[in-house]
Amino acid sequence: MLRRLRDRFTQRTARHVSSGTLHNSFDRRSVLIGSMQGGLGVLLAVRMGYIALAENARFTMMAESNRVNLALIPPRRGWILDRHNNPLASNRTDFRVDLIPERLVDAEATLAELGQLLKLDPVDVQDLRDKIDKSRGFQPVEVATGLDWDDFAAISVRLPDMPGVIPQRGFSRYYPTGPSVGHLVGYVGPASAKDYEREKNPLLITPGYKIGKDGLEKHFEPLLRGVPGARRSEVTASGKIVRELETREDVPGHPIKLTIDGGLQDYAARRIGLESAAVTVIDCLTGGILALTSMPCFDPNAFGSGIGRLQWKMLNEDDHIPLLNKALRGLYPPGSTMKPMASLALQIHGVSPDERVNCPGGYQLGNRFFRCDAVHGAMDMRSAIEHSCNTYFWSMAHRVGYDAIAPVARQLGLGQEFDLPGAAQRYGTVPDAAWKMRRYKQAWSVADSLNASIGQGYVSVSPLQLAVMTARIASGRNLVPSLMFGHAMPEAPHLPFTPEQLAVAHDGMFRVVNGSGTGTGSKLQVANVMMAGKTGTAQVRALTSRGHVGDWKSRDHSLFICYAPTDAPRYAMSVVVEHGTFGARAAAPIARDVMTYLFDPGKAWAVLEELEKGWGGTPQQRMDARYNAYVAKFGVTAPKVDDESAVANAEASAEAAVAPPPPAPNAAAAPAPEVQVVPDTPPEPLPATPSPPATPKPNGVQP
Amino acid sequence: MRIGEIVPDTIARQPWRVIVPLTLLVLFGSTVLYSAAGGSLKPWALNHFLRYLVFLGMALTLSFVPRDYFKAAAYPLYGVIMVLLVLVELIGGIGGGSQRWLNLGFMTLQPSELMKPVIVLAMARYYDDLPPSMTVNWRALIPAAALLVLPAGLVIIQPDLGTATAICFGAVVVIFLAGVPMSWFIAAGLAGAIAAPLAFFTLLHDYQRQRVFVFLDPQSDPLGTGYHILQSSIAIGSGGFFGKGFMNGSQSHLDYLPEAHTDFVFATMAEEWGMVGGLFVLGVFAILLRWGMNAARRAPDRFSQLLAAGMTATVFFYVAINLMMVMGLAPVVGIPLPFVSHGGSSMMTNMLCIGTIMAIERWSRTGRRSLS
Repeated sequence: MLRRLRDRFTQRTARHVSSGTLHNSFDRRSVLIGSMQGGLGVLLAVRMGYIALAENARFTMMAESNRVNLALIPPRRGWILDRHNNPLASNRTDFRVDLIPERLVDAEATLAELGQLLKLDPVDVQDLRDKIDKSRGFQPVEVATGLDWDDFAAISVRLPDMPGVIPQRGFSRYYPTGPSVGHLVGYVGPASAKDYEREKNPLLITPGYKIGKDGLEKHFEPLLRGVPGARRSEVTASGKIVRELETREDVPGHPIKLTIDGGLQDYAARRIGLESAAVTVIDCLTGGILALTSMPCFDPNAFGSGIGRLQWKMLNEDDHIPLLNKALRGLYPPGSTMKPMASLALQIHGVSPDERVNCPGGYQLGNRFFRCDAVHGAMDMRSAIEHSCNTYFWSMAHRVGYDAIAPVARQLGLGQEFDLPGAAQRYGTVPDAAWKMRRYKQAWSVADSLNASIGQGYVSVSPLQLAVMTARIASGRNLVPSLMFGHAMPEAPHLPFTPEQLAVAHDGMFRVVNGSGTGTGSKLQVANVMMAGKTGTAQVRALTSRGHVGDWKSRDHSLFICYAPTDAPRYAMSVVVEHGTFGARAAAPIARDVMTYLFDPGKAWAVLEELEKGWGGTPQQRMDARYNAYVAKFGVTAPKVDDESAVANAEASAEAAVAPPPPAPNAAAAPAPEVQVVPDTPPEPLPATPSPPATPKPNGVQP
Repeated sequence: MRIGEIVPDTIARQPWRVIVPLTLLVLFGSTVLYSAAGGSLKPWALNHFLRYLVFLGMALTLSFVPRDYFKAAAYPLYGVIMVLLVLVELIGGIGGGSQRWLNLGFMTLQPSELMKPVIVLAMARYYDDLPPSMTVNWRALIPAAALLVLPAGLVIIQPDLGTATAICFGAVVVIFLAGVPMSWFIAAGLAGAIAAPLAFFTLLHDYQRQRVFVFLDPQSDPLGTGYHILQSSIAIGSGGFFGKGFMNGSQSHLDYLPEAHTDFVFATMAEEWGMVGGLFVLGVFAILLRWGMNAARRAPDRFSQLLAAGMTATVFFYVAINLMMVMGLAPVVGIPLPFVSHGGSSMMTNMLCIGTIMAIERWSRTGRRSLS
């Protein structure tokens, strides 16, 4: 075989090659080349036919999806309205700039250019960089909102040099009264990676789209959201819009109407001033909540784009704990504000309101002396409320036992959780013997009854509960607090107290303000309207010294509950001022002015405007000034903010901080609203107790 | 001849059979470029046609050059271009990075482009000079191989794989047609089949390798190298049979198609003119190449035959590679479509080829005339 091949080969090479044979070879081979060319031409024609005809539909679709860009139009968020249809949260049109990190080509150069165009300071740029780091690429990051037209135009012109930057005209959430509604309404922010993974909704990563992050905004997210619109536009490969093709309008989210009176809410929040306090106002006819404020508060308008480092530092370092909604989640010993409730409990256990107890300046229990704040002399039930005489309630509580009082406390709303949207409430503690055994494995003592009867010791309540209690005492009805306006509710049933029994509590409270009681300084200066109330001063720590001096943190809490008008109760209110010292000093004046607002707003505003001059402006102005001071002081040195869970953590630790102190064993006998109590005997030896309510859900009394 | 009676002889004797379709193709190309520029004669369409007229004049002038001048100029021209190639390499080496151009002040000259027709010329001259009996002797292949490898090597290291391949293709077609034994080509083909994978993984640059990979699977990298192939297919595919209409191509107008006026001009055309436009372009090229091959077959002597066939092959190579590339049958290499793509160098090279074939056609006519 091989030989044959070689033979053939040698034969061919040996063959004589003339120009004639070459000419023939050329002819043959040129035909070959020509037919190869023709063949390829046919192949190309077939290929083109395949692409252009057979695959036409597929490629036409791909060309269309190249050409047409479908952009979601974020739906306008439903408004949150107050009872008069004034917005607590609305939307306003603005020019905004967002940025999609994964489309950035040169992040640093783009940031530098944006910083220059928008005049961002180093702190802003640092915050922006943090947000980009956290964003996981596909999530848009807000650069700036509320731009004026010039800045917006400047950005738009330079777009080709800044891939990934998206300027647009859209709607952003606006809270007209800012911090006043922060805790109540919550705030909105860009969806987190977690939100997106849960929902997988492309709307969530549409630049400029925000979802509810807290409060009602979060609770009513599905209702407020609406349906996104879509805009089809023709775009170039680099994303430049050539022309709009068609637009489907968005469907705005549903508005939500609250029982809140926006003006009252704002007034109450601002009237709190520099204090750390909660004011809650309830409509005594319907149970609707008219105001639910907790100050200081963050500015929900500023939270929308994420929380900056300095903002975070500022909020965290504030000992007034702006992140805590004190109205729903702050727990305080109620102090003497319990006395009207206690008077009802005593009456249904057969104590005559006219029975007199002599107050020699304290109460002797065994070998211990509980000291009252004055020598009140002979006290009946009404005057004991008027003068906040502890001796009267100690002796009566000793007689009937606290287990007789606790059910009435619960009936009036203490220790209860109410069905309200938004932030979860903490329901505190209304102690009794069973509770103490369960919690501390100890028997209930008479000293515990004495402490609890004047709202000290183990008792802790939230400002909302105090307001509900006040409304129920004032109306005599089992009012249920509500936030949603327009849900017609059957008239609340009467509580099991006789009008006569209620009248005793009402009379006592009337005399607190209008008689010679502890709150006379807060008498309402409105014609034909009288207010009834009760002061409370709650010990923060078991102190041997007075609780109104020393550092802020160890001062007594100041409380006040009230309702007006006294002849036909319409509004009930609770005011809790953290570390405000005497109830009459800090809480009652706030309550008086807020109540004045309800009957004579002009007069109330005049008072507030004068006060705010001394405080350094509105809460918003004070917050801005404080932020600028932080910028000047710390610049870009503040540590990075982790993420939203940090807010939750901060809230939790804030709650732990304001939770009532452990009823320290040796202080159990040291109750003292408005009283300086010095135990004159060695304390009862008690075993070490576990740490008291510091968790969001303490082992309180279950309803 | 009726035309001869109406028009003067010099005009009647021009090769109208090629000038007419060629001009139609260039005009069509200008139309496409007009659309690609967003409905503007500038910067491409007008320039393209004017350039064609200039080079057509050059080609017609070239067609009057006698055979002996071509023969005599073959090696000196080859030498000059080689010197320019080395010069480009040196300047590129000094300037850093790859350089393919020489800036002459009034124009930029790309010597590798000129090498495409000149290698054919030199190769045809070589095999014309070679005694017929030596054609089948392997020793005779050595100078031919040297003629080929030197410029191809210089162009490869530029690096410009596309042009190097074009140079090789023209030369190899001449060698093949010169009558070198078929068995050698088969052997070379086998050797190539074995060596190609080795060369692929050792000699090629990363970006070149990447192009091949992406060619094999364009969807794997839709935003990177595969983008070009995919967008080109989308443009052609969405055109359908009649196209989207003049000025209605979204792929080119919205910048999805890369190099819409140069390498991917066929896709730009196909989007707006559809299969009809594609068949027109293919048809003109078929006429052109058939005319070239016929000129080769009718050529009066061996040199002219080889020269004509080689020039035709060079034009064919441009057309074939470019169309295969835009239709996703070949990797992306920077080779423009003759007479349609905007670009001076390619127009010049291709018109040089056309002019040379016209000259050969003229020689065969005068040759016949001299015989009669």
